[in-house]
Amino acid sequence: MSIYTQRASNIRKTWLLFTFFLITVIGIGYVFSGLYGNSSILVVAVFFSSITSIISYWYSDKIVLGMYRAQLVSLKEAPELYRIVENLAITAGLPTPTIYIIPDLAPNAFATGRDPKHSVIAVTQGLLNKMDQTELEAVIAHEMSHIGNRDMLLSTAAVILVGFVSLLADFFSRSVFWGGIRGRDDDRGGNAILMIIGITLSILAPIAAILIQLAISRRRESLADTSGSLLTRYPEGMISALQKIAADTTPMRTANNTTAHLLFENPFENKEKTPFLHKLFMTHPPIQERIAALKAMKI
Amino acid sequence: MTTTNILITVVVIVLLWVIVMYNKLVGLRFHAKEALSDIDVQMKRRFDLIPNLVETVKGYAAHEKGVLENVTKARASVAGASGSPLDRDKAENMLSGTLKTLFAVAENYPDLKANANFIELQQELSDTENKIQASRRFYNSTVMDLNTAIATFPTNVMASTFGFQEEKFFETSNDAEKQPVQVKF
Repeated sequence: MSIYTQRASNIRKTWLLFTFFLITVIGIGYVFSGLYGNSSILVVAVFFSSITSIISYWYSDKIVLGMYRAQLVSLKEAPELYRIVENLAITAGLPTPTIYIIPDLAPNAFATGRDPKHSVIAVTQGLLNKMDQTELEAVIAHEMSHIGNRDMLLSTAAVILVGFVSLLADFFSRSVFWGGIRGRDDDRGGNAILMIIGITLSILAPIAAILIQLAISRRRESLADTSGSLLTRYPEGMISALQKIAADTTPMRTANNTTAHLLFENPFENKEKTPFLHKLFMTHPPIQERIAALKAMKI
Repeated sequence: MTTTNILITVVVIVLLWVIVMYNKLVGLRFHAKEALSDIDVQMKRRFDLIPNLVETVKGYAAHEKGVLENVTKARASVAGASGSPLDRDKAENMLSGTLKTLFAVAENYPDLKANANFIELQQELSDTENKIQASRRFYNSTVMDLNTAIATFPTNVMASTFGFQEEKFFETSNDAEKQPVQVKF
């Protein structure tokens, strides 16, 4: 596969997954509003899900940087890092992001910010210590690609949909518990079946939504690998960086599950073979798969 | 739906499509133009750093008049050259060449190499060369997007009607640059 066909494939898969996601969510919404006989809960669920997600999207940079105790650096304080970021920004046609260093010894990096003008790239001290020039460039190129591909916006949209489904399921299970569901009077017999469907759905729907969201996240990570290689024209750099990270066993002190999806590589991953069921719940494709995809790329 | 209604709808849709395609082509063309002038920005940065470099080197390596004169002459010819960065490519590459020679010669002067000003200028110029490369690469990617849009159906219909032309990629005009580098000590 050439780098361009690989990129096109990842973008296509994102579109497919998102369309499937929307159809699924609309279907779930339809069922739940039917069970209530009233569609106003859909409005409530959308509203609450959107508000929390949009706020965290808008202030994503401040929120996440605070969590990781990141330190702002300028050209004077970290000239090599600054120059790498600036030159990659020129290659990508993006404004230079603000740069932060995280005082953690595990090698990792992330990018955040609501749009390219407010973008931020943060790297750990561990990454700076362990990577050489081409490897560091590859990691930064990957993060820059997330900014250029608007992945923060995309994952916020996915999270809103997940939240919407979870809220609906939550409302439903609470109503069942407190006995508030009123079926239509002429539909007595079918009520029990609908209830069973509803209860099953309220358990399975959030899980299904999360699985789709994670699938989308994995596609975007592959896309960032591919786009990053387009920037550097040197996939060997990223292969080398991934191999070093796979071999590194330093645990990340400041990582936690809510932000694991932002990072360059999953800090909680078991680096050897990943069983299929485990893979479904990962935010990133397994490192061995990422390396294989980069090696297969003809650039 | 009457025939007139259908006809009007079709005309409106076609009109909208024309507008969208035209605007897309205009946008791509301006992206490429801006990318081209950004190469100029990086070239100018290098241009401005050179007098300082020449003065610093003169202080320590006054014997190397020939090399310094070459740099100054190459810089003057770049200033005199007109046109886009694509047209000036040859003059700019010559300037690159003279700078490389200057830095190679500076290796013989340990006092010069230790000078803080020289070290900073060396780093700045090396970074500027990287920035020039980065801006050229970005220019090439904008040209690729523009040329692809001009060549593919259905936008190519729009492109030929309104006279959009394919732009040239940045290619090295210097055959010597295409040869593998020989390192001789």
